Amino acid sequence: MRTDLRRGRRVRRAPAARSRLRAGDLMLGALLGLRARKLRTALSGLGIAIGIAAAVAVLGISASSRANLLAQLGAEGNLVTVTAGQDFDGSPAPLPLTAQPMIERIPPVESVTAIGYVPDVTVRRTAAVPAIDSGGISVYAAQPGLLGTLGGRVAGGTFLNAATARYPAVVLGAVAAQTLGIDHVGPATQVYLAGQYGRYFTVIGILAPVPLVPEIDEAALVGFPAADALLGLDGHPTEIYLRAAPDQVQPVVSVLPFTANPAQPEAVQVSLPSAILAARAAARAALSGLYLGLGAVAILVGGVGIANIMVISVLERRAEIGLRRALGATRGQIGLQFLTESVLLSAIGGVAGIAAGAAATASYAALSGQPTVVPAASVAAGIGVALGTGALAGLYPAVRAARLAPAEALRAS
Amino acid sequence: MSAVLELSGVSKSYPGTPPVTALDDVAVVIRAAERAAVLGPSGSGKTTLLHVAGTLERPSMGSVRIGGQEVSALSDAELSAVRGLRLGFVFQQFHLLDHLDAVDNVTLGLLYRGEPARDRRAAAVDALARVGLGHRLRHRPAHLSGGERQRVAIARAVAGHPDVVLADEPTGNLDSAAGGQIIDLLAGLAADGTAIVVVTHDPAVAAAMDRRVVMRDGRIIADDGARAEPRDGEDRVGPR
Repeated sequence: MRTDLRRGRRVRRAPAARSRLRAGDLMLGALLGLRARKLRTALSGLGIAIGIAAAVAVLGISASSRANLLAQLGAEGNLVTVTAGQDFDGSPAPLPLTAQPMIERIPPVESVTAIGYVPDVTVRRTAAVPAIDSGGISVYAAQPGLLGTLGGRVAGGTFLNAATARYPAVVLGAVAAQTLGIDHVGPATQVYLAGQYGRYFTVIGILAPVPLVPEIDEAALVGFPAADALLGLDGHPTEIYLRAAPDQVQPVVSVLPFTANPAQPEAVQVSLPSAILAARAAARAALSGLYLGLGAVAILVGGVGIANIMVISVLERRAEIGLRRALGATRGQIGLQFLTESVLLSAIGGVAGIAAGAAATASYAALSGQPTVVPAASVAAGIGVALGTGALAGLYPAVRAARLAPAEALRAS
Repeated sequence: MSAVLELSGVSKSYPGTPPVTALDDVAVVIRAAERAAVLGPSGSGKTTLLHVAGTLERPSMGSVRIGGQEVSALSDAELSAVRGLRLGFVFQQFHLLDHLDAVDNVTLGLLYRGEPARDRRAAAVDALARVGLGHRLRHRPAHLSGGERQRVAIARAVAGHPDVVLADEPTGNLDSAAGGQIIDLLAGLAADGTAIVVVTHDPAVAAAMDRRVVMRDGRIIADDGARAEPRDGEDRVGPR
């Protein structure tokens, strides 16, 4: 037998009379200590797990929403809006007729389209609806290229083309269609547009929501020729949308006022709707601070739970502590053992929490059709917080365990 | 034979009203391979003597030398090293860890020496074979009989080849058959030079040892092996 050959073998003495505990043995001992009390480990790690899961899920869901938004905007955010400011009554002021052709000539501009606000025209389901119940729907003249520039699409029917732009045809924004109670496009679907002269327009399309330019959602769009001929528009656009080459957005923005209205550049307003939306999304993300706070409370409670369970553990394991001291463990090694158990326990909870938070993010993203994004920073922070909580929670129990007098600990059993 | 454990003028009292004197001017010398039983009624200070000799408690007065080294000046960490390297302990309640198997319980006795796990394991397997448990290596304490548990504890105490094994009522929780095996095992340890000090009520244990130290009220009242012991421990202070 192999062991018989080893009989009488003397174990080498360490040259310096010092107790030594290898890091690997410390970790293994802590792991075995936790494994010996599985249910207790699971329950006391749960608090940390819930807190970290909440935090990771909140950060993951808001990051996923932001990623979704950016995907909608086109991450480059190169849509630029040019307006002429407002008239005295608050309605959009007209831009010069030269504005659009001039802007088209700026080299980095990829596409340009204009809309013209048609003042004093209401949109109603029928002529029998009183004019005052206009539903807040504005009428704009639009060009066939509008959807291409805005990145919008029709939810039903078709958009204006060169032909329908000359006829009494209208395309409704998503909100406008809802307001009018029109959810699909049929050959006989008409709405009544009343300005100086009222008449019915055939609804040829309904738009899907355009998140970048929400005013389009509440608009009824007609062709410029039709607006000129039937609604008394003078052909002047009030707003111009353009897409610039993504790396040239700022230079384009700086020349736009002079290009759009050389006579009155100061009256021209240039804005980047994607920047505005991104800022709004960031403001919404601030709300998630509340949930993060709740997560922090859960982590705190979890930490107190771990401290509590570790104190109980020290009391229960006095005999083990006494034994280990008898076998050569120093005070520090005993303390370190309990500290390591506490940190490991918390880390296990933290890893479980990160997994749960990531799973929650993934299922939320899958349900709402967003991309799943779990920020690496939130994972790192989750682990860091778990380790820190475990260390803080384990400190007092570790000190108590270390201070236990060996003979007293052995008598305790 | 050289002295491995020397107590001289050792007193130990615990604060209280009135203070409890557990040891009163105790002097005893244990030599290598010596087998001594400490006898006496409950409360006579036997366990305290063992704890003081094992550096688990510091004496109120007097000197404790282990392997010739005076331990009263040592720090707590140094005392821990003395326990880990020179002493082995066996307890009445075995003090095995329930979640570890026999081998891992024995390697625990070498854990704080910082040796590689492979060496510790080999020494543990070796020690278990020596106590006749070579076939029970992977058994946890719950699956071992009382006698087997105490044999695992003895293997843990001797795995590191200590100078002295200090045993506190090792047969106290065992029936006489299992106790007999433990007595034989302890008595056999002296064969490779390990000294044994066993605190016991069990006459069979006392009979198996070379020497019987009888205590009462914290004093040694009889010691049939004290012939070689110098009268005055103070003479031994100084380098040797």
